[in-house]
Amino acid sequence: MRLRLYERPLVTSAELVANHKHEGIGASVQRVGAKRLVQGQARYCDDIEMARMVHVCFLRSPYAHARIASIDTKVARAMPGVVSVLTGADLRAHCEPFLGILSHLPGMVSAPQWPLALQTARWQGEPVVMIAAQTRALAEDALALVEVDWKPLEPVVDPEAALAQDATAIHPELEKANLAYEARVDRGDFAGEVARSGLCLSLNISTTRVTAVTLEPRGLVADWDNGREELTVWMGTQVPHMMQSVLAKHLRISENRVRVVGMETGGSFGLKIHAYPDEFAAVMLSRLLGRPVKFIADRLESFSSDVHARAHNARVEIAVSPDHRIQAFGVDGLLGIGAYSKHPRGSVNEVRHVVNLLGAPYQFAALHAHVRVAFQNKTPYGMYRGVGHPIVCLLTEMAVECAARKLKVDPVEFRFKNYRADSDYPAELLSGTKLEALSHEACLRQLVSLMDYPALRKAQAQALADGRYQGIGFATFVENSNHGSATYGRGGAPIAANDGCTVCLQVDGTVLCNSGVTDTGQGTETALTQIVAHTLDLPLSAVRMQLGDTAAAPVSGGNWGSRGTGIAGEAALQASLALKDEVLRCASVLWDVPQGRISLHGGHLVDSIGGQSLGSLAQLCQAAYVRPDLFKSCPIPQFAVTRFYAQREYDGGIYTNGVQASLVEVDIRTGCVSLLKHWIVDDCGVVINPALADEQLRGAIVQGIGQALLEGCLYDDQGQLMNATMAEYLTPMAGEMPDICVGHVVTPTRSSELGAKGVAEAGITGAIAAVVNAVNDALFPLNGQVTDLPVTPDRILKAIGVIH
Amino acid sequence: MTYFNDLGPGTGLNIELQLNGQPVRAQVSVRQNLGDFLRESQGFKGTHIGCEHGVCGACTVRVDGRAVRSCLSLAVQADAAQVFTIEGLSDDPVVRVLQDSFVRCHAMQCGFCTAGMVLTAAELLQARPEPSRAEVREYLSGNYCRCTGYESIVNAVMDAAQTLRKALSD
Repeated sequence: MRLRLYERPLVTSAELVANHKHEGIGASVQRVGAKRLVQGQARYCDDIEMARMVHVCFLRSPYAHARIASIDTKVARAMPGVVSVLTGADLRAHCEPFLGILSHLPGMVSAPQWPLALQTARWQGEPVVMIAAQTRALAEDALALVEVDWKPLEPVVDPEAALAQDATAIHPELEKANLAYEARVDRGDFAGEVARSGLCLSLNISTTRVTAVTLEPRGLVADWDNGREELTVWMGTQVPHMMQSVLAKHLRISENRVRVVGMETGGSFGLKIHAYPDEFAAVMLSRLLGRPVKFIADRLESFSSDVHARAHNARVEIAVSPDHRIQAFGVDGLLGIGAYSKHPRGSVNEVRHVVNLLGAPYQFAALHAHVRVAFQNKTPYGMYRGVGHPIVCLLTEMAVECAARKLKVDPVEFRFKNYRADSDYPAELLSGTKLEALSHEACLRQLVSLMDYPALRKAQAQALADGRYQGIGFATFVENSNHGSATYGRGGAPIAANDGCTVCLQVDGTVLCNSGVTDTGQGTETALTQIVAHTLDLPLSAVRMQLGDTAAAPVSGGNWGSRGTGIAGEAALQASLALKDEVLRCASVLWDVPQGRISLHGGHLVDSIGGQSLGSLAQLCQAAYVRPDLFKSCPIPQFAVTRFYAQREYDGGIYTNGVQASLVEVDIRTGCVSLLKHWIVDDCGVVINPALADEQLRGAIVQGIGQALLEGCLYDDQGQLMNATMAEYLTPMAGEMPDICVGHVVTPTRSSELGAKGVAEAGITGAIAAVVNAVNDALFPLNGQVTDLPVTPDRILKAIGVIH
Repeated sequence: MTYFNDLGPGTGLNIELQLNGQPVRAQVSVRQNLGDFLRESQGFKGTHIGCEHGVCGACTVRVDGRAVRSCLSLAVQADAAQVFTIEGLSDDPVVRVLQDSFVRCHAMQCGFCTAGMVLTAAELLQARPEPSRAEVREYLSGNYCRCTGYESIVNAVMDAAQTLRKALSD
């Protein structure tokens, strides 16, 4: 067994040839390709122009629930510049519908979803008619000429009402009206622990639907080649291979005839991980027309058809013994996931995290968790950065701080007392979730020192004496990464948990790699490049990492769930280690020196005896490719290596952890919250690029602040989305956001040689709870507490009795 | 490459402008916005369309020296104007320094907002060579970035301001 990477010394100065800059693992190198981003040279999906390409737009349902009595497209079709106008009935024969269920989740149901609604529209924004024209503007002109005879139906909007006995069934073919899934975990004697505890308190917490609001909207260009009967789709996506599988299956094409190219992508955050009906319709159109088709969602379409997430109503309970030990956690929750469960991942994953991870950082004796999931006539629900982790962190950490406040014990002290000790891992939670190695104690110790906690509390007391209401809030979080097959594969979703990477030497000794993950801003390309460059001891410029092209890359699960660096990075590491072995073997033959004496440094093969360079990697490659006769006595050089990696030790994934703190000041006259400072200490194992990892954390924290204070998809009682513009759906902007201080604890995972876990979701997972806890800490002297998110000024003023 | 436009007979207007330093004559539909004109008719894809209603700032271009939202401007309004997109500003001393600082400070992730950020920051630094962090945050408050959380972008603008001041004093 090789030494794991973290057990070997990283590159030491002695190993490096003179002037060879360390750019490998652990170096904060600049983002690979950053220049093209600042110069406007990066190519996103909407930048593609092709001969004969048509542009589509969609007529979307203006009603949350309506029967489509008839559609008249005659006038639209006759408009000059219009190429085609199609309805759901036109497409039905050419595809298999989506069905967003995971078969390993008992009782989970959904209904078949077609690319365009058939007889019934089930959310405001559901695509109903697709119009293709020579420009998007013309297509939109034609949209106004389509006549639809809508018969409005009773909309089912509120999830509680959706589950009532007499509720209108959104999908009449399903057995239980509008119940999509129900998750329940009961371990230990919950009622007994509650009865015996000195303190049991419950909180009713609600969160509002949010959506990712990627700056680049969803989009694709599809091109069906009628001669070869092959499909190419360029798209902004996190999951090229998943899309390849889904398109192939649902369009009845073999996968080797479907190429998906992940383009430069303007943000994704889980949004670009699903199969969307409008995208699917546009791809089908390319096949029907035999010409390229472009679909780019506009902002209104984005708000009404991108997945929404995180709309929970939960009653959370915590029971604490008189000596301040947490005895039990409980949750009863409900959420509405819109009209369909999304294909192919389903829309109930948040719930699984909530029931499995409630109270995860703490040691306690009993768990009760019950969450119901309802269909409703709203935009379908899906993944958003962190999925359920931010919600379960919010529920847990609001309860913990509330209990500490009630007990008049410092929240830091209370956490130290109740954490599962760092030395007690690996551990299994009451829910059965297995955690490999977490470091809550080490993280909180570092955080407290980073923020100078005692001084902050003193300053807070002084501020209060001056009539200013400051608050300090904490949040301990766990966050899943490096997923195993239990996440989707077992449920039948075509999402690889086994990722390949190909590393190939070129004739001049440079390296060309292919991986099926994508980089939608995370820095995955940079991390993977660093890993290969580190392993082969080459400068970064000698390694080119191509991502996300299914025609070039081996199968991959793609970029989601903080898996890119941990999983695809390990495949890249293994491929380059194998390539390095082959390079040393061939060098030994070419220069007739025993293999054990040769090492690879800075593009040179070096003889350890005498330290002389035998020759360059370029010379070796030249010989291997152009003069294979020089290797006659041994096997032919194999200078392209593919290795796969699957994390199989923890089927549920490798958990990361960390802790955050927020300092806020609340203006009690206006209810406005000023974010003064934010801290995070994160443990993502081996950090490949500290600067880019920190930026992942910062960006995600600000997204979390958005959900805590600003964001929400606001619906009226008819299921109409009321704020589908960026002027009305408030996102964090530069002016109000705090500077963020970042620290790391490094507990490498032993499930890989690389030792890296994920970092992309940790920031958002803890930020929401930290900020809400800080606000409530500030309001405590006024006996105020806000439990509905977002924590808007009016809610704050109501909580402290200024308005009613 | 030719780009289709949706001109019906007699519905277009002729405009003449300087685009990235080159004279351009074009017939444009009166309803076409400047962003679509730059991207679709002229092929300058570095200008990104994010929200199409003036909130996100991704489509920011320079028109007669000012940072302008090309989704809220009509192409016909650019008649007789000097228009620069990010592609045409690599020789602009302020923009070039900002680009270097953005790279050095890791001030972008997906890169979709970056051109708009750089052009907005350039306008600020031309007017105020020594801004405070708060002023930078305030000035960039009309430019949306979902990825970075803004801190690194503020760092980059401060870094560029310092570099420019140093260059001036040298």
